[in-house]
Amino acid sequence: MYETHYHRASSIQDAVKLKQAAEEGKYLAGGMTLIPTMKQRLAAPTDLVDLRHVAEMRGIKVTGKTVRIGAATTHSEVASSAELAAVCPAICGLASHIGDPHVRHMGTIGGSIANNDPAADYPSAMLALDATIVTDRREIAAGDFFTGLFETALEDGELVTAITFEAPAKAAYQKFANPASRYAMAGVFVARRDNGDVRVAVTGAGSNGVFRHRDMEAALSSNWSPDALASVTVDASDLLSDIHADATYRANLVKVMAKRAVAAA
Amino acid sequence: MGVEGIGARVARKEDKRFLTGKGRYTDDMSVPGMKYAIFVRSPYAHAKIRSIDAAAARAMPGVIDVLDGKQLLADGIGNLICGWMIHSKDGSPMKMGAWRPLAHETVRYVGDAVAIVVADSIAEAKDAAEAVVVDYQELPVVTDATKALEPGQPQLHPEAPNNLIFDWQIGDPAATDKAIASAAHVTEITIHNNRLSPNPMEPRATLGIYDGGDDHYTCYTTSQNPHVARLVMSAFYNVAPENKLRVIAPDVGGGFGSKIYIYPEEIVCLWASKRTGVPVKWTSDRTEAFLTDAHGRDHLSTVKMAFDADNRIIGLKVDTTANLGAYMSLFSSAVPTYLYATLLSGQYDIPAIHANVRTVYTNTAPVDAYRGAGRPEATYLLERTMETAARELGVSPAELRRVNFIRSFPHQTPVIMNYDAGDYEASLDAAMQASDWNGFAARKAEAAKRGMKRGIGMSCYIEACGIAPSAAVGSLGAGVGLWESAEVRVNAVGTIEVLTGSHSHGQGHETTFAQLVADRFGVPIDSVNIVHGDTDKVQMGMGTYGSRSGAVGMSAVVKALDKVEAKAKKIAAHLMEADESDIVIENGELKVAGTDKTVPWFQMALAAYTAHNLPPGMEPGLKEGAFYDPANFTFPAGCYICEVEVDPETGVTKIIQFVAADDFGNIINPMIVEGQVHGGLAQGIGQALLEGVHYDPANGQLLTASYMDYAMPRADDLPSFTVSTSNTPCPNNPLGIKGCGEAGAIGSPPALINAITDAIGNNRLTMPATPQKVWAAAHAAN
Repeated sequence: MYETHYHRASSIQDAVKLKQAAEEGKYLAGGMTLIPTMKQRLAAPTDLVDLRHVAEMRGIKVTGKTVRIGAATTHSEVASSAELAAVCPAICGLASHIGDPHVRHMGTIGGSIANNDPAADYPSAMLALDATIVTDRREIAAGDFFTGLFETALEDGELVTAITFEAPAKAAYQKFANPASRYAMAGVFVARRDNGDVRVAVTGAGSNGVFRHRDMEAALSSNWSPDALASVTVDASDLLSDIHADATYRANLVKVMAKRAVAAA
Repeated sequence: MGVEGIGARVARKEDKRFLTGKGRYTDDMSVPGMKYAIFVRSPYAHAKIRSIDAAAARAMPGVIDVLDGKQLLADGIGNLICGWMIHSKDGSPMKMGAWRPLAHETVRYVGDAVAIVVADSIAEAKDAAEAVVVDYQELPVVTDATKALEPGQPQLHPEAPNNLIFDWQIGDPAATDKAIASAAHVTEITIHNNRLSPNPMEPRATLGIYDGGDDHYTCYTTSQNPHVARLVMSAFYNVAPENKLRVIAPDVGGGFGSKIYIYPEEIVCLWASKRTGVPVKWTSDRTEAFLTDAHGRDHLSTVKMAFDADNRIIGLKVDTTANLGAYMSLFSSAVPTYLYATLLSGQYDIPAIHANVRTVYTNTAPVDAYRGAGRPEATYLLERTMETAARELGVSPAELRRVNFIRSFPHQTPVIMNYDAGDYEASLDAAMQASDWNGFAARKAEAAKRGMKRGIGMSCYIEACGIAPSAAVGSLGAGVGLWESAEVRVNAVGTIEVLTGSHSHGQGHETTFAQLVADRFGVPIDSVNIVHGDTDKVQMGMGTYGSRSGAVGMSAVVKALDKVEAKAKKIAAHLMEADESDIVIENGELKVAGTDKTVPWFQMALAAYTAHNLPPGMEPGLKEGAFYDPANFTFPAGCYICEVEVDPETGVTKIIQFVAADDFGNIINPMIVEGQVHGGLAQGIGQALLEGVHYDPANGQLLTASYMDYAMPRADDLPSFTVSTSNTPCPNNPLGIKGCGEAGAIGSPPALINAITDAIGNNRLTMPATPQKVWAAAHAAN
């Protein structure tokens, strides 16, 4: 790790100010990606602005079906929230399978979303739940937020402070884990609203990051059952290939995970 | 046996230290004035070094010095060598290219060291390492051994045209060809044994200390055999004469073979300590471990197994290409030859065998012994072939093996080995019973109802351990003898120190070696200390690998204990005015048999050291040493059965049960043996299902350089194992021990792959059997 300067932000405003003042600053949430990257000398921020002590960025609030999760809320807190489980158990289940206990007690939902790792779990939930990403300066629809591999709509210095969504009627997430890293090699989040609208979001498989599968959404809108996906084709041409899984296999996994998610919802 | 003697399930003495964080590993060692080293490593798999400019790095804060390979050469430090000479079938010696501890002309794999930076802190050393400017001229790359032999490929070493190190054979080619020509059936198969990274929990580390006052060097290192390290560094690398070099291997956190070898870092840190005048410590990070620890396996073989009309094997022909990487590591030549092809008879009576082995240089990390070393490659090849043959012949895999088992001993195979004892059917029967083999069909049908494909597979392995008779291995090209030494020191108050040349790095010697003493003298194991791992304490030893510590190291202890016992009895007889032949030792006392006369053990020891009343002419003291050279290898064997369920939708393999029935000879501590089997099985299952080193063939970059891409087995990848032993004592060593350290890793991969191929009905499957490969094979035609 190169030398860096550590700052503990006390508020959202303070965090943004500290970052602005830094030469090449980075927000630090759980640090589950940033710290290992720095230790390998692949990232060299001059300043780290620690968000974990910003009280207004923490916690889960459920009002009716409206859910608000502070960006600095850990995976463990999401996984174990009874309030959240009552309206959207799917997102609790997703959080309970991120990384290992250490990661879940440090890593945060805001950090995961802002990093937009193509194999991270949360982006698929955000997209399928049609969540809104709240920042220090605006609100961004999930559909506009994830723009590519490790790319988001966030502007320089913009800070994710919370996410909000309306709890769906039914939802589930199924992940096929990479045998080595245990990140998603194909993760599918399905959600069905009270009005029958269906969203299917896929992570871990797309060569451009998380994406919605419109054909599956159409099939499931007219028939919410695993069988409805039998005739849907998953196009392998836009999927990742690596030493663990080629695009053809990932296409198969996307379909199998989608079927299992619908069955589990 | 007593509560702490031979055969007792004694909890490990060393675990208190390890489990409470009190272990002392090489990286824990600190001495005044110590500085830190970082190695500058090649980012290219093959390149000429045009120049190295370290001027800017030397001027950076905290930097003591930056040293390179030209300076190392000028100081007369020698090449790293392979210590086992193999001759090709045309009689020519193996073609060993130069391996410089710091490359100064050519780098040959990603991670090849080119310079060392010594600085006040690791961070400053890393900063300076980034400032060392190495001007490389990239060269074309070859990573695959078969391809490297083809014409027109990049050439790694001028000494080895076409990258061929040797082209060796064993057995009788004519008799084997004749058997195949006359066979009723010939099974043919291509077998790939995947390259593995050893991944000990503790990465390699070394601390080099030069004392200018005495012109003396001390080397702390993560070694399985510190005496071999000293021998090689003195005799071949010109680091220092033996009497001026102390090598200490303190607590070592796993080796699996990868810490047998002397690596460039030990040599360079010792040399750098003299050059800089400060002690120099280096500790590998995990990426360096993936890049530079010697890898294991990486064989590609074609096999022909010939059967007569009664399903008896009449001939076996094997052609193997083994990838040895960029340089020949210390024992690399022995692994694909005498540790591999000599085991190709397996548990079977095969009259004619011929194996041809070519070893090849490629732009990859050096390959050497890894848990099992050659024997897993032989076992995987044989046992997949047997399973394939059983399917082709339409007989049960158990029956085919029974028909071909060796049943009388000693048995001379056509490939050197002379098996001394065994009962292969006993292990087969035990494993089949424990796995309810006969109930499998019903379980398969039940699984099919759930849409799952269930399969069962077996593997009957044999291995050669207790390496090895010195004269025999000498005649086969070994540069060293493979005996072991021991010294037993009885202190004046009766406590005992056992000095051994074996080295414990996870095997539990501090407990099992003490059990030998407890068994012999009836003293508590807490009064016995095992001393190992320091060339200043233990005079000489050959270290721990090849499951040799029990069969060879303990046998040396037994010989020394015999001498101590004889002298102790003489002293006790003199004290009690009895005949020494009437003295028995029980429960920590020396007794005159049939009387109530006793002398406590401590009193006898005190008498030895006060020397007030010893038999006339007897020297004072009680300390005896012994060297033990084994008469033969030992031959652990067993049968493993694995049952799996494959999810045809995803290709995921779930291990339903794994049964190991082993014959290890006599057992000192069953709990430690079970632990060894569990660990071995985890590694074998890791090889079969998960692990595999991948290089990018285009540029030689290591694609599996972290746990993000290299899949190590985790607890939830493994079932609870069902283990048992049915033992035939080894007739060739005093304790009847065969060895248990490697069996699990040797026997398990074929059982698992045989189970998966049974489940999916397709035999075309390579390790690691990842979900993708299994899914593809399950949906392809056989």
